[in-house]
Amino acid sequence: MTARDKHGRPIVVVTGMGVITSLGAGKADNWAKLTAGESGIRRITRFANDGLKTTIAGTVDFVPVEPFCSTELGERMAAMVADEAIAEAGIGRKGDFPGPLFLAVAPIEIEWPHRETLAAASGANDAVGYDDLLRASASGRFHAIHERCLFGSVAEHLADRLGTKGSPISVSTACASGSTAIQLGVEAIRRGEADAALCIGTDGSVNPEALIRFSLLSALSTANDPPGGAAKPFAKNRDGFVMAEGAAALVLESYDSAKARGANILGVLAGCGEMADSFHRTRSSPDGKPIIGCIRNAIADAGLTPDDIDYINPHGTGTPENDKMEYLGVATVFGERAKSIPVSSNKSMVGHTLSAAGTVETVFTLLTLEHQRLPPTINYKVPDPAIPLDVVPNVARDAKVRHALSNSFGFGGQNVSLVMSREPA
Amino acid sequence: MADPRREAWITGIGIVSCLGEGGDAHWQGLSEQRITVDAESFAPYLVHPLAPLDLDKQIPKKGDQRQMEAWQRIGTYAAGLALADAGVKGNAELLAHMDMIVAAGGGERDIAVDGTILSNRGKAANPAAYLNERLMSDLRPTLFLAQLSNLLAGNISIVHGVTGSSRTFMGEEAAGVDAVRVALARIAAGQSELALVGGSHNGEREDLLLLYDAGGHALRGAFRPVWERAQAGGMVLGSLGAFLVIEARGHAEARNAKPLARLSGVTSERSPRPAGAVTAALGRMWQSLVHSAAGGRIAVLSGATGAEPATGEERAWLKTMPDVPVRATGTYIGHGFEPQFAMNIALATLALVRDKLFPAAATSGVEQGYEGPLDRIAVTAVGHWRGEGMALIERAT
Repeated sequence: MTARDKHGRPIVVVTGMGVITSLGAGKADNWAKLTAGESGIRRITRFANDGLKTTIAGTVDFVPVEPFCSTELGERMAAMVADEAIAEAGIGRKGDFPGPLFLAVAPIEIEWPHRETLAAASGANDAVGYDDLLRASASGRFHAIHERCLFGSVAEHLADRLGTKGSPISVSTACASGSTAIQLGVEAIRRGEADAALCIGTDGSVNPEALIRFSLLSALSTANDPPGGAAKPFAKNRDGFVMAEGAAALVLESYDSAKARGANILGVLAGCGEMADSFHRTRSSPDGKPIIGCIRNAIADAGLTPDDIDYINPHGTGTPENDKMEYLGVATVFGERAKSIPVSSNKSMVGHTLSAAGTVETVFTLLTLEHQRLPPTINYKVPDPAIPLDVVPNVARDAKVRHALSNSFGFGGQNVSLVMSREPA
Repeated sequence: MADPRREAWITGIGIVSCLGEGGDAHWQGLSEQRITVDAESFAPYLVHPLAPLDLDKQIPKKGDQRQMEAWQRIGTYAAGLALADAGVKGNAELLAHMDMIVAAGGGERDIAVDGTILSNRGKAANPAAYLNERLMSDLRPTLFLAQLSNLLAGNISIVHGVTGSSRTFMGEEAAGVDAVRVALARIAAGQSELALVGGSHNGEREDLLLLYDAGGHALRGAFRPVWERAQAGGMVLGSLGAFLVIEARGHAEARNAKPLARLSGVTSERSPRPAGAVTAALGRMWQSLVHSAAGGRIAVLSGATGAEPATGEERAWLKTMPDVPVRATGTYIGHGFEPQFAMNIALATLALVRDKLFPAAATSGVEQGYEGPLDRIAVTAVGHWRGEGMALIERAT
């Protein structure tokens, strides 16, 4: 007997999870701190703060990378969370994961330390241009920079290490990437292409240029003191998101495969929805239709109705625009119930882990289902009358949660929602 | 027996490169074996420069053009050509359920800003503060949006209204293969009806040359065809954009759309590439795609990059099949990484529609004279560093 969902597709369950954020490494540590309402946001010490409007971030400083390289940090965190998830799932053998890899990873680029290494090697001592860097690269001494800075390098290195099957997919849907990686895994299992899939999101982007890019778009909070108070999702005084680092991994399996090998089922990936927004590169359509359509698609894909959703893990970045538009979407889909469904933003504590956020927050949502306890939205001191939601203000609480929704939205009109359930429907 | 309504048809192609814009211009260029190389702008490196485009034809708003860098303009333009070719352009109802998978790298850096910082940072009293100060004041705020990998897809949504779904795969050549592979798998499984798949690349950039040259993969000096770049090998970067409209047969028939060709299969492999691994992977992919399909006259359209040892290993595999005619397109259009596979599927489609191949490169030692007719074409993609892929394209009866 094959277990099928209401649409006749294989049911997709989660059998292993791993997570790293600025709060710490591992599920246990993160969950304890998350439900205690602790913040992982701190003063940036990795590089000089001179001249910056924002001097705080949720950095993962306990994974040492010297000299610092964002892609290198992303790869190391991805390996750590993958090891945690695979160990929990007890699947395959070491270096032999029996399914494909879907990786949400920040776009990769040559970073300033690489550029400066090449500049130094060029011997140019006055004006340095790309001609000089090319003269250095032509020496043949910098093959490592080529491999490190290829977009496929993180996924390829992980596939080498973990023994995942087939060509690994590196996905970017900006700040929705982590959820898209999970969606790709769900779809592969539903197609019957794989019995298991490894979905990872990772982001180690806190370097000067990446921070300045977001700063120049006025997306970041500048409430630097105290750092832990900066991320204020849904509060009236919210003033931007806080950049953060982190990674999370999920082992997805078909229900049948998990049952057959006696695996412990941690939760069900019941539905995925998406809808692209054609309005603007960074802003949502003012009518909210893409967000509304995205949430409705996910709930319908799960074979549920809005009345079945007991908890929402929002995108909840703390930017004035996101939280307003997300409220419009939630209020439209859930109607009168929008006021009473708890909606709490993990980003108030761990910051915005960008490409990893969808994966990190899926893990936290599954932990919420497992523990039947809602992590709070901290720094909620000034309610916004335009956003009358139950944000689980400042203190965690117990609740009965059968089905939960997680939203992720990104620049470029990216919207992805996932629905998770405690038990197969 | 697979449901024939779930067959995948290619119902539109949109391509731009140094050979020009659209199918006819590309076929003309390939038939003439035209080599369009710029050896001056980036000397001693070579590039295949994009043919001039009248951007207004596919990106009507100047404001949209200004918001993009070249790679995004190339891709958005090519996507518009593909949508028009498939007869879906401007059809809001179809575009609202069209699924998009873009294969993309990243966008242009501001070369002048980089140069200023590299030239002066060492002399600054506080080099770290100097970097912050210059980036804060010299970077255009919107440049970030022209660099983000997923903002080609974002621009296609904005300019052309494709909104069913939007996913961007990164990872050089393999991303291009997997984009087509996943789009096809979704259609076959009933997860998608109508897909826009492809990507773009601006090859006329020092910052990208630097990356590939650091790996020893940028051809310097005199131009040579991809099969003839000797032991060191080397790629000539090309500016190109390529998009395919791929559609479930049932969906196409319901709107009276005609197939250009059938996309029968796509497969991909990976390994850390010990010696011989690429040759073996190509053999396995050929077995799984071609030997399991119905018979007929077949050719190989190779995506060989010119980089070694990858191109040499592909050549070794081709030598095991001396009766199969082979053509490499990279000699004429250059190498563009992410969009290369979609481009070569488009060029294979053109060949099937015309029922013939373009002429062989006489001195290659790999390509043999054969005009046609043709029933099927296998398209190869061997990444310059990692990733191998193959597609089978068949005449749509």
